[in-house]
Amino acid sequence: MSDVTLDLARMMVARRARWTTIEIIFWVAAAASYFLFPTKLVLLTQILIGGLFAMSLDLLLGYGGIPSFGHAAFFGLGAYAAGLLAAHGWGEPVSGVFAGGAAAGSLGFAFSAVIARVRGAAVLMVTLCIGLLLFEAASRMPWLTGGDTGLQGIEMWPLLGLFEFDLFGRTGFWYAYATAFLLYLAARRYVHSPEGLALKGMRENHDRVPMLGVSTVRRKMIAFTISATIAGMAGALLAQTTQIVALETLSFERSVAALVMLIVGGIGTLIGGFLGAATFIWLRDVLSALHPVYWMFWLGLALIALVLMARGGLVGALSRLTARLARVRTMR
Amino acid sequence: MTAAALETRMLCKQFGALQVTNGVSLRLKAGGRQALIGPNGAGKSTLINLLTGVLAPSSGSILLEGAPIDRLTTDQRVTRGLGRTFQVNALFPYLTPLESIMLAVARRNGRLGKPLLALHRQSDTTDEAFALARSVGLERDCLRPTAELPYGRQRLLEIALALAGQPRVLLLDEPAAGVPAGESFELMQAIEALPRDVAILFIEHDMDLVFRFAETITVLVAGTVLCEGTPGEIARDPEVRRVYLGNDGD
Repeated sequence: MSDVTLDLARMMVARRARWTTIEIIFWVAAAASYFLFPTKLVLLTQILIGGLFAMSLDLLLGYGGIPSFGHAAFFGLGAYAAGLLAAHGWGEPVSGVFAGGAAAGSLGFAFSAVIARVRGAAVLMVTLCIGLLLFEAASRMPWLTGGDTGLQGIEMWPLLGLFEFDLFGRTGFWYAYATAFLLYLAARRYVHSPEGLALKGMRENHDRVPMLGVSTVRRKMIAFTISATIAGMAGALLAQTTQIVALETLSFERSVAALVMLIVGGIGTLIGGFLGAATFIWLRDVLSALHPVYWMFWLGLALIALVLMARGGLVGALSRLTARLARVRTMR
Repeated sequence: MTAAALETRMLCKQFGALQVTNGVSLRLKAGGRQALIGPNGAGKSTLINLLTGVLAPSSGSILLEGAPIDRLTTDQRVTRGLGRTFQVNALFPYLTPLESIMLAVARRNGRLGKPLLALHRQSDTTDEAFALARSVGLERDCLRPTAELPYGRQRLLEIALALAGQPRVLLLDEPAAGVPAGESFELMQAIEALPRDVAILFIEHDMDLVFRFAETITVLVAGTVLCEGTPGEIARDPEVRRVYLGNDGD
């Protein structure tokens, strides 16, 4: 075994935070998709938003080992907060996204105190209940939320006072891209911070962390609040770009969809949420057009096949592929 | 009388009808080297779990440098100066030893609670963690996933993690347990090189280690302190020989 020097140790710590090829390719490809698929901008915007939502769950599940079955509560709350603001006369988009994030983050913080003190199946129960509670509350307040017909009358002001939200979704796409990218940068920073290291420590061996003097309760509260804030911002983006908020944004199905996106893309990778969202939403779009009645069956089948073939999700499969290519290149 | 580094007063722990710890009063002096021995089931590991807050006592109190700590959580006790290693390695399998130590160092240096602070730019955290890994002879392995390390090397990481918190009281729960003979030498060296200002209470079944290292030995039997004394006194005590060593005192 060769000697490890301090310089090598520093270099290895820095390498962990370096951008991977998959990350770079995804963000370049996402920008290029605007030019390659100009008629699919609405779908591409939904992929970015879905990816952002899945990434928020990844911070909890993939990095902290904290599962959530009710994450749509924060997504939906962010959507309703931004939607209500715009429907009641404040259509400025950027502040609307911050308002959505603040509303969801506040709820996340309030519930985090409970969630941080329970473990395992109890976390699933509590998060599931938060989701169901919010869904029922929104359903029973049609005067505020629009109930089953959804919140309508959302009118957005031009982005930064310059760019009108158009019918083809051009402004919406770049707005979602920029927001998702900035939040991705922030999330990257978080997982590569000492706080992120503590999160990984909890995932690896939860009971050992307190013996390092690290409070797991505080770590979980921070993680849950950050995750809920990002989920809320993703919801706000959806409300602003589609100009409607449906009850479905708070549904259990949406929480599960985010979980599926993560599993397909690769848990604990951040970018996996976006890759999973791209696969899931694109497959849903194609299959629902091909089989308007049975598309769910085919979607399920395709996802099972993907999960079975790609261990560690798409990120895992792509990482193995790039490693193999690198080996072949070295042999030549 | 100066405050002991660690003290328990009439500490009791009951699981249902089973009394595992029964009125244990211990005094570990500052900088002391004290061994806790006793047959299997004597309640030694339970006592360590009570001291670290993993278990809540049924009654009695625990004082760290004169201040009661029995109402504090485990992490709060660690921040007050308590450190511990585990009987069976309890580590972070897919983090490297360097990252594991960095976590403990970052906590001590107040780097937690700042989600946008880049870890790789905190070179003092890396440097300090690397120095600690080197101090226990772990620098060769500090960049490999912990799960790939031999058991004995993982024991060294346990010690490094405990030291990373700069404890004033260190509890070692069978530090040599499960370590192959070939690897135990490094472990012994690391333990003997621990700073003198750190008070150490250790549980050990290896009597060579106990009599070589301890200044005071406490014998625990059925959750109660049977006796306490210097290694010489304990070796001569007929009651210890009968109960613990299984010898009628020939």
